[in-house]
Amino acid sequence: MRKLLKYLKGYEKETILGPLFKLIEAVFELAVPLVVANIIDSGIRSGDWKSVLLQCLLLVGLAVAGLAFSVTAQYFSAVAAVGFATKLRHALFERVQRLSYSQLDTLGTSSLITRMTSDINTVQNGVNMMLRLFLRSPFIVFGAAVLAFVVDPHSAVTFVVVIPALCIVVFAIILASIPLYEKVQRRLEGVLGATRENLGGARVIRAFCAENREKKNFEEKNKALLIMQKAVGRISALMNPLTYVVINLGIIALLWVGAGQVNKGIITTGAVLALYNYMSQILVELVKMANLVIMITKSFASAARVEETLAVQPDVPALSDSGQTGVDESGVRFENAALRYSGAGEDSLSRISFSAAPGETVGVIGGTGSGKTSLMHLIPGFYLPTEGKVYINGIATAAWDRAQLLRRIAVVPQKAVLFSGTIRDNMLWGDSAADDAAIWKALEIAQADQVVRDKGGLDAMVEQGGRNFSGGQRQRLTIARALVRSPEILILDDSASALDHATEAALRAAIATLSPKPLVFIVSQRASSVMHSDQILVLDDGTIAGKGTHKHLLDSCKVYQEIYRSQFGSEEEMA
Amino acid sequence: MKKTQNKGTLLRVLQYIGKYKWLFFVTVFLAAVSVALTLYLPVLFGNAIDTITEAGAVQFNALISILLWAGVVAAVTALVQWLMNVVNNRITYSVAQDIRNAAIVKIQKLPFSYLYAHPQGDTVSRVITDVDQFCDGLLMGFTQLFTGVITILGTVGFMISIHWQTAAAVILLTPLSLLVARFIATRTYHMFRVQSEVRGVQTGFVGEMIEHQKIVNAFHREEENQKRFDQINDELQVSSVRALFFSALVNPTTRLISNTVYAVAVFLGALSAISGAMTIGALSCLLSYAVQYAKPFNEITGVVTELQNAMACAGRVFELLDEEEQPLDGADALQQVRGNVMLESVSFSYDKSKALIENLNLRVSAGQRIAIVGPTGCGKTTLINLLMRFYDVDGGCICVDGADIRTVTRHSLRENFGMVLQDTWLCSGTVRENIAFGRPDAAEEEIVAAAKASHADSFIRRLPQGYDTVLGEESSLSQGQRQLLCISRIMLSLPPMLILDEATSSIDTRTEMKIQDAFAKMMQGRTSFIVAHRLSTIRDADMILVMRDGKIVEQGNHKTLLEAEGFYHHLYNSQFSHGSAAY
Repeated sequence: MRKLLKYLKGYEKETILGPLFKLIEAVFELAVPLVVANIIDSGIRSGDWKSVLLQCLLLVGLAVAGLAFSVTAQYFSAVAAVGFATKLRHALFERVQRLSYSQLDTLGTSSLITRMTSDINTVQNGVNMMLRLFLRSPFIVFGAAVLAFVVDPHSAVTFVVVIPALCIVVFAIILASIPLYEKVQRRLEGVLGATRENLGGARVIRAFCAENREKKNFEEKNKALLIMQKAVGRISALMNPLTYVVINLGIIALLWVGAGQVNKGIITTGAVLALYNYMSQILVELVKMANLVIMITKSFASAARVEETLAVQPDVPALSDSGQTGVDESGVRFENAALRYSGAGEDSLSRISFSAAPGETVGVIGGTGSGKTSLMHLIPGFYLPTEGKVYINGIATAAWDRAQLLRRIAVVPQKAVLFSGTIRDNMLWGDSAADDAAIWKALEIAQADQVVRDKGGLDAMVEQGGRNFSGGQRQRLTIARALVRSPEILILDDSASALDHATEAALRAAIATLSPKPLVFIVSQRASSVMHSDQILVLDDGTIAGKGTHKHLLDSCKVYQEIYRSQFGSEEEMA
Repeated sequence: MKKTQNKGTLLRVLQYIGKYKWLFFVTVFLAAVSVALTLYLPVLFGNAIDTITEAGAVQFNALISILLWAGVVAAVTALVQWLMNVVNNRITYSVAQDIRNAAIVKIQKLPFSYLYAHPQGDTVSRVITDVDQFCDGLLMGFTQLFTGVITILGTVGFMISIHWQTAAAVILLTPLSLLVARFIATRTYHMFRVQSEVRGVQTGFVGEMIEHQKIVNAFHREEENQKRFDQINDELQVSSVRALFFSALVNPTTRLISNTVYAVAVFLGALSAISGAMTIGALSCLLSYAVQYAKPFNEITGVVTELQNAMACAGRVFELLDEEEQPLDGADALQQVRGNVMLESVSFSYDKSKALIENLNLRVSAGQRIAIVGPTGCGKTTLINLLMRFYDVDGGCICVDGADIRTVTRHSLRENFGMVLQDTWLCSGTVRENIAFGRPDAAEEEIVAAAKASHADSFIRRLPQGYDTVLGEESSLSQGQRQLLCISRIMLSLPPMLILDEATSSIDTRTEMKIQDAFAKMMQGRTSFIVAHRLSTIRDADMILVMRDGKIVEQGNHKTLLEAEGFYHHLYNSQFSHGSAAY
């Protein structure tokens, strides 16, 4: 929580004035029992109704002043708490934006989303209540005790016993419930995950008539949540009753001691009444404080989770441009590179060496799980090689400034994802400065111009995930998105799989006409997609099983031969 | 109008609570007991103070018995309060559970047109955050509303019995605060609603972007995203400050009123004490009631704002629950299907203003293998959506074994179809659970056999925990591996009809060749619909449908279609004219 305090910056005035104004309001409130005691001891006993009236007017005055201060304080605390949450959300989103692929793998989508949303909301409520009450409540509690000493030190000893007893009760309950609240949150994340599953997997779930099973699964998670909520509830429900008992035992003790003092003639009945009132005031305030404490407990748990995510340092080093000029090499070069994902037992790629010059077309072929995508992810530095080096234009990916490197490379991922917005918005992902002419050109090359025209032009809306487009349409649009960037290196990661052959062929031909021609990596499982490349890398089980031209590989590489035969076997004779 | 809507929401909340009637009565009873005892205690303390008169005249004997009794009362009160809290927790959390369960049932029945048009994040935020906030509000409502109301009634009685003039003043003046609270609350409801909406937009955006964070990173869109996020975030800030501040006005304002009432009570009580009509103990008791009488008004108004927020959230949840469901199921279950499928002048489009499929006719006999080819976006997947009844046709009808699929239950229809899609969704669970998704009762050997048939067994065994490896939302499997699992899923359930929509698009051909045999065996005697770009997989089909712009332009087998030298011929040839297609 402490680390999060810096997000209150810019709201110092509100953060200080809010509680302060609440404090002043509390002072007015503490004055009330003294005034009442005075009314009883002097006003009633002497029968002076004018003095009673004046003092009652004083009570009204205190109330009005209290209102003014408290409204101002509420305003300040609302501004500060919301401002704090806004900045925190900004910071968290920013941090998530900068996480590396492997960090995203570990943190997980649902949990990042809960942190972004409900956790920060909880923290906001906590800050708001804290600003309103954290000075006021303790102040009234201790203020009441101090004033009790002023009234009668001997009777006030009961306060000295009651207040620590209350503190012990309150803290014991908080300490017991904090870990449970965390568990509640985790189980809530489970329910969230199940909800997302039912939305994202709707097609498959319904196709397999698995609605009931999914429902049962959801209900189980929901029930686990309920059980934990009830467990926490039982403990935090102790707060009010226990404090109530302690305070009333205090009052009983107070009346007993006070009676002795009155009997000895040391204090008046009015004074006993004032002491009694202070004790009651402590109770009222403690109830508020207990609620505050529960809320703060929750928000501490949430804050800890937010903090945990904020503490994750992006492991992609963002270096300056220094040392990136003066290297006389261009293209891509792998030097004995290997990649092992964090937590994995085996290397996904090992001993990868090859180089490719600008303008070349490099085909990458291999079976499912042979490491093609992993290889492609090394080029833009999405992952850094765990052994060896990957050089882009002569500079190791680890030493590149990320923005500089990414500007040169465009990736068309396997899974064609578009984002909600217009088609133009999506195309601008490639290059935010691109004009319509450039976008249309990219669309033409990607064979997507007709798709866009059919949908009604660049301003046609794309629904979340691009669900209003077919798989093939999405693929072509994601290719166009990459082309808008005019990259030096273009990576097509099996991104034509949903295209029919005619379209794919046209696409390849169009890319060949680009000028200047980028270094193109075509990842595919189809020999027909890669056979015309200048160089083909054949991957098998994470290693390079062969590299060279189609002809060369057909003669020398067994894996390639098998792949080729599986696709062209009998057709070659027919065609 | 807003009010009736509000009332409707409240009624429905009450219906949900209705299930816990007994607990509800228990909590009301406990609240009554706890309040009665809480109110009784000041009487005891008032009596105690009256024994403390002046120096040398304190009645210690009377005092001690009063104080002992007070101790017992306090202890019992605490116990009752605790039980009440526990019961309240139970009711609210159970209601939240029920609502969430209802929501998931609803989600499963929503038409795809809804699912695809609404951001997932927004729906998730309704089910998670809104229910949570609603639940918090409800809990507060329970714990404070009842005790509040009962306290008011109790204090009124006690005050009147002590000094009716003062009581009258207190009773009449205090409800002013209710009016003030209502005045503020009606104005803040709207603000909460706006806040809720903006929050929904934000959740949607965050969900979409974080889910695809890797693509965001790859395109270096962090800054643009941040900008858009900040824009929504700032909007949220404005609406939140408003909602928070204005709702926070209620408390101080009502406190002002109750403090003023307190002053009036002191004044009237003091006058009566001067005239000797009341003892000091009675005055202390009266004042303590005046405070206790006013307190619930403060709390209730606080609760009211909290409930306003809760109702706004509940409203959003109910909105989801009220969404129109997919058209009703047919009444009958489809019996053991042979696999005759007939489409008669079927028309359909997603966007009703733009025609897609029009007057489509097709007759498939049991056991036939139908291949559907055509350029991307020509309506192949749409056809499959219609066969599975993910969407209902706009015109014409689709019959399976002579029964219009709209007259049979969806389950019975879908159970007869096995589907492998290009989009490879897996559920979170183990590999084993995923393969057995269509037949959860399958034996271990059957699961392994299915995995072997689809050549998934070897990579599964290489996973960290083999068949027990848990696949999360972002599992590290490749698309091809995921697709193999989807195929294993079908190999296990073996329904009488098959739909393979680009079922092998992400699988390498070496593996595919190995699977082909298994596929061929599986399709034996089963009506199959195959969408594929790989002409090699299509060549052996009994019938090839060539689609273009939502229509079937050619129909026949590989040989006749090639001879016809039409669109199919053109498509087929372009496969081998690498890099220089005329299309």
